[in-house]
Amino acid sequence: MEDPAAAESSPIVHPIAWRVATVAEIVLETPRVRTLVLDASGWPGHRAGQHVDVRLTAGDGYQTERSYSIASPPEEARIELTVERLEDGEVSSYLVDDLGVGDPLELRGPIGGYFVWSVSDGGPLMLVGGGSGIVPLMAMLRHRAAASEEVRRKTPARLLYSSRSWNEVIYRDELARLAAADDSLEVVHTITRAPPAGWTGFHRRIDAAMLAEIAWPAASTPHLFVCGPTPLVEAVAEALVALGHDPQSVRTERFGPTGPSS
Amino acid sequence: MTSPISRGFRGRRPAAGTAARLPPGQYVTNDFPVLSAGPTPHTPLSAWDFSFGDAGGNSAKWSWAEFEALPHETITRDIHCVTKWSKFDTVWTGVSVDTIIAAAAAKGVTTAPFIVAACDGGYTTNLPLEDVTGGKAWLAATFDGKPLHPEHGGPVRLLVPHLYFWKSAKWVRQIHFRQRDEPGFWEGLGYHMRGDPWKEQRYTGDE
Repeated sequence: MEDPAAAESSPIVHPIAWRVATVAEIVLETPRVRTLVLDASGWPGHRAGQHVDVRLTAGDGYQTERSYSIASPPEEARIELTVERLEDGEVSSYLVDDLGVGDPLELRGPIGGYFVWSVSDGGPLMLVGGGSGIVPLMAMLRHRAAASEEVRRKTPARLLYSSRSWNEVIYRDELARLAAADDSLEVVHTITRAPPAGWTGFHRRIDAAMLAEIAWPAASTPHLFVCGPTPLVEAVAEALVALGHDPQSVRTERFGPTGPSS
Repeated sequence: MTSPISRGFRGRRPAAGTAARLPPGQYVTNDFPVLSAGPTPHTPLSAWDFSFGDAGGNSAKWSWAEFEALPHETITRDIHCVTKWSKFDTVWTGVSVDTIIAAAAAKGVTTAPFIVAACDGGYTTNLPLEDVTGGKAWLAATFDGKPLHPEHGGPVRLLVPHLYFWKSAKWVRQIHFRQRDEPGFWEGLGYHMRGDPWKEQRYTGDE
């Protein structure tokens, strides 16, 4: 019987084999984003923050691969991938527009040992995300939500989440429910373009002043995870270092559309 | 195992010439994504130096001015990131690792079969010596004709285009010769020890 502590720290079997999962359910998150709920029999388990490589195969054998963060926590039997349709995205447009319930999806994982967090790592936990960068952070929050109230109180968490509009906030309702049910979790949104009527929250890109207000101070030595488009991650990471956080404690994952910042 | 057909997937095939240059599982981008782990270090040139060290404690060091005085060459190469993007015909200038190893040898530094590159911010990566010699690697200071931006590893990064780009260590400051192949940052976190994109050696255990 495998030592559970070892499994938690390294649940990766080498080599990481390709396997075929089946789409069990599809959840429409926002107009451009949907979640694929997958049955992946024999899945070896994963840690919150890890990702999978997905491979598509056309009829003539042409193949292409991309990586997607796992949205589901390790406690869930089914693997969930939340995918944003990128403008001109070869794979994302297929996954969001064409893939259907019952279809196969070839993937391998879990991959990644750096951008991961478990409740046993302790807190406080500071998560900063932009757009689809919320996905690995949500896996961490869902994993934390599965722990007892006592554990959660010992690992308080804050999420600062930047979205362009209220309609584009991924997991909006679930985040509200998690925060309402948990005194030790705080969710703060900033809407950069079109806030809803009557909005009194932040209405700008995440900057140093916002982080000084919302983030745990350096003296608390929080576990810091930043995920989203490169310009956001660059700005946030630099600001956190300027606020006194040890650079090596600022974990970053840069993805989503790259190119000139919008 | 045969991959299942993705029902309805037509894909976007690269042109034949492009396809031949793409290692398995890669796609071409015109972008230049930044995927570093952690914040970007910003080392001023006045504080920058680069050194080679061996197990015997011998070392050779260059200030920025001394590094600039070494012979630089311009090279054009395709680069391949383990996160699946490839970028063709990237243009760099830098000092060939062969050149700087020879200069270090003249100062008493002896080579060994493996190296570890150590960088500002704490990043490390390991390579066999033969993967950074014989005209395969550079210490690169410009990209696309301009000084290398810190986001992309400036002032100087290691450039080893024939391997996955995590081996092209950003913000490199020291190279240590080692008798054994010791895993660096990503290699210790599940990534392949060598990282040959043509064999799709992405993760530990891939062959």
